[in-house]
Amino acid sequence: MIDPSLQIWGWEIPVYLYLGGLVAGIMIISGYFLFSGRYRDSSVCSCFISPLLGLGLLSLGMLALFLDLEHKLHTWRLYTTFEIASPMSWGAWILILVYPVLLASMIIRLPESLKTRQGKIYSWLTRLSRVMNSLPMLVKNVGILNMLVGGTLGMYTGVLLSALGARPLWSSSILWLLFLVSGLSSAAALVHMITRDPGERVLLAKADNGFLTFELFVMAIFIVSLTSTSAAHLQAASLLLSGSYAPAFWVFVVALGILIPLLIQFLAVNRKIKHTSLAPILVLFGGLMLRLVIVYAGQYSHWLGSPHGNSISLF
Amino acid sequence: MARYAMVIDTGKCVGCMDCVVACKTENNIPDGFSRDWIVEQVKGKFPNLHMEIRSERCNHCDNPPCVYCCPTGASHIHDKGGVVLITAGKCIGCKACLAACPYDARFIHPDGYADKCTFCIHRVEQGLDPACVAVCPTHCMTFGDLEDPQSEVSKLLASRNHHTILPETGTRPQIYYMVK
Repeated sequence: MIDPSLQIWGWEIPVYLYLGGLVAGIMIISGYFLFSGRYRDSSVCSCFISPLLGLGLLSLGMLALFLDLEHKLHTWRLYTTFEIASPMSWGAWILILVYPVLLASMIIRLPESLKTRQGKIYSWLTRLSRVMNSLPMLVKNVGILNMLVGGTLGMYTGVLLSALGARPLWSSSILWLLFLVSGLSSAAALVHMITRDPGERVLLAKADNGFLTFELFVMAIFIVSLTSTSAAHLQAASLLLSGSYAPAFWVFVVALGILIPLLIQFLAVNRKIKHTSLAPILVLFGGLMLRLVIVYAGQYSHWLGSPHGNSISLF
Repeated sequence: MARYAMVIDTGKCVGCMDCVVACKTENNIPDGFSRDWIVEQVKGKFPNLHMEIRSERCNHCDNPPCVYCCPTGASHIHDKGGVVLITAGKCIGCKACLAACPYDARFIHPDGYADKCTFCIHRVEQGLDPACVAVCPTHCMTFGDLEDPQSEVSKLLASRNHHTILPETGTRPQIYYMVK
């Protein structure tokens, strides 16, 4: 006897989607700081270090994606074609766009250690940085590009799954928004942890509260839309609400990932308690758990009356 | 343009799995994998039960999500007959097509590429039936061109009640199951 209902994706794809969403959020936040001119007011603006962080995280995410591929030597095939109907093809090309945009943001304020180094490439980079800083409109446009490309990347992480209509849990038109907002809340949490600017820390905690509240709202719409679409979608939603993935969903995603950090940060921005790393760590953990739960439960969800419903599949 | 399809008489199928063995032999399918399989589905309430035995495989859909989601074009629709095929040399093994198929008809070959039923296109192009059709001891399977009104498959579909699997997914499957 064989069960052809395969466990398709392991931990690699949820991690890739999580890191992709996180980088998207980082790009939107640092893009906003560049666009709004906030970078000029502070020498320790997070928008100077977050592009470097983004590059590292995105490369880790791409490594996870690479590890998931079964035919690794053929990875280059992704870049010999553009398949307009394939979200994965779109994603491959979007990732190519992300790198130069992040590099452009990095050049605006080069790390001090790089400026003092000898060599043609370093002096060329320093000169380019000086030119960029003398053109505020150019920096503004780099900020806009960051927000646009970051937004597209964040949306893509959801569209990748929602385009797969065979899995009812994923076939929701709002999954892209859920993943985008979750990416923003995770990024706000991460940047909140690394920034050395106290003002920015408070601003990001406030923003994160907004993102988390909006995420709760989008998650509610996501669940309600599933429960009112078809029997297959209702069954998929019940996997999260009361089924085998419910404990992980309610405890790790909703309680620890959203509600508790929301409460902690609410108290912190109202000066009832001190800002600590606890809330951001919980938000980052919740973002990862969201991808893990959605990817795993989605693979488990299936259409009713399928070969795996009330029938026995034999070799 | 031909439109290849398969019509399977569920009243004649006894679930002997000859089709499964023939496919594995013809296409050299590795151990632990299968391009076709048998499903026994029981419907109704005791004592009024009805069992449908189906030989299932890739449905070679007219609207194939596995082809649309493929990032490299490895999954494609063949020039002849609308058969959905995979070019192994182009496949990166991303498994998007496995996730996109509501029939779970695909698997990852141990060599790293997605694999599934090809309607034995190498035999069909020589004028032969697919291996599973050729060996069926109850002759419950018929293969042919739906664009030809005189073909056996067209005549069967015109004269018998039939259904497809999960038509609600919008894939327009091309394996038809005849029922009483």
